[in-house]
Amino acid sequence: MTLPLVLPPSVLGFYLLVLMGPEGVVGQFTQAMGMGLLPFTFSGLVVASVLYSMPFVVQPITQAFSAMGDAPMEAAKTLRASPCDAFFTVALPLARPGFITAAVLGFAHTVGEFGVVLMMGGNIPGKTQVLSMVIYNHVEALEYAHAHWLAGGMLCFSFLVLLLLYGRGWNRQP
Amino acid sequence: MSIEARFDLGYPGFSLDVDLDLPSQGVTAVFGASGCGKTTLLRCIAGLTHAERGRLVVNGDVWQDSANFIPAHARSLGYVFQDANLFSHLSVRRNLQYGQSRVPHAQQRVDWASAIELLDIAPLLERKPGGLSGGERQRVAIARALLTSPRLLLMDEPLASLDLARKDELIPYLERLHRELKIPIVYVSHAADEIARLADHIVVMQAGRAVASGPLTETLARLDLPIHLGEDAGVVLEAVVAQRDAQWHLARVDFAGGSLWVRDGGQPIGHPVRARILARDVSIALGKGEDISIQNCLPATVDEMAEDSHPALTLLRLKVGASPMLARLTRRSVHALNLIPGKPVWVQIKAAALVR
Repeated sequence: MTLPLVLPPSVLGFYLLVLMGPEGVVGQFTQAMGMGLLPFTFSGLVVASVLYSMPFVVQPITQAFSAMGDAPMEAAKTLRASPCDAFFTVALPLARPGFITAAVLGFAHTVGEFGVVLMMGGNIPGKTQVLSMVIYNHVEALEYAHAHWLAGGMLCFSFLVLLLLYGRGWNRQP
Repeated sequence: MSIEARFDLGYPGFSLDVDLDLPSQGVTAVFGASGCGKTTLLRCIAGLTHAERGRLVVNGDVWQDSANFIPAHARSLGYVFQDANLFSHLSVRRNLQYGQSRVPHAQQRVDWASAIELLDIAPLLERKPGGLSGGERQRVAIARALLTSPRLLLMDEPLASLDLARKDELIPYLERLHRELKIPIVYVSHAADEIARLADHIVVMQAGRAVASGPLTETLARLDLPIHLGEDAGVVLEAVVAQRDAQWHLARVDFAGGSLWVRDGGQPIGHPVRARILARDVSIALGKGEDISIQNCLPATVDEMAEDSHPALTLLRLKVGASPMLARLTRRSVHALNLIPGKPVWVQIKAAALVR
């Protein structure tokens, strides 16, 4: 689960490409299921990004649950809440900040991704081309004005998302 | 009706092995030093810790035996944690409703208004636990536990995390609980003064074992216990306020065997009180001292003598009328006064505190 933290993105992307390609185990499985091949499709991009960003989402949530300890769940038990009831009414709401951090980190991490997306998606305009690649293309072609517009737009958008998520999260804290 | 609790469990470096028969009314105090297994015992009763070998029967209901283990959430009990343990994401009102709403309507015997009134928490209802003081938090936690209409209330050192002022603020609420509700309470504490005030029955624990269990006054007067109680060794006498002296701010309380002059605690005449007399505050004289500062001198007879924790000391149990009293003396003075069981003496009580 934490492997993607240390693995270079292009390496992860390469292995995913091989695994999901026509010769790969996953590729043969998806073909047998009638779903076709995942590489160079938008679905493939999503699958690869989920795997790549997983640790950034799982870690804060795990942290939030372990930081709360056993005490709140034990209190719930002594107040007649079954384990399942207690999980949804006590543990989950208390882990809320962890979920918010996870969402923010996961989003930020995925939006800026390049290596995995390039390997799996192949930079096909209109299909698997993501914003960071468009910016790269513009810079390659020395179209700095276009690159500025997009990069600036991403910057503002990121700020906005952060503000929204954190603002909501903090307001709801006790 | 009673509570039968037998648990046997062991971790590396700790074992709990108790076999208790507790009354199903009043306050049972579980007393002992830190790490002696008091909290583990309470957690076993609650079902939060599963003792592999155990048997627990509460008023005829089997909560645990070799074949059954009712999980904590299915037991009709209230648990007050040492640090209150309120849900920080819910308001006080929602904290209180959490337990109450999970109890079937027909089983709700403690109603909302009386729980709020008993613990005086009406002004706190809309606040979040984060903004409450330690004492307020404990009051909410007690009300939250009460609102599940438990058949047994377990309290794990509810005062331990509070400073002295907050303790004094909370104790009257605990006394009201004791007076006004018919719910049996098991109260864990390592503070002898709390127990002298609140308990009717006491279980003394040491190293995972119950070394004594019985009615408070009787058990505290046992000679084999003071070793475990140390400086807290002493008796608690049930008494009644008989006279109040406005000039000297003193009150005379009568107990079975005599009367004592103590600082007037404001209780009206006829009010039942408890007087606590520590063994170290009792000295012995062969004659009635006439010109000494000690006000309380009572005739007594030596009942029994025993070794104390230090070889220089001896513990004496005396009979003052029908009441027992403990005195801690040096062995030299016992020798000098030639004290032997049956000898008539005078006890001089340096200090007696009204604890209730």
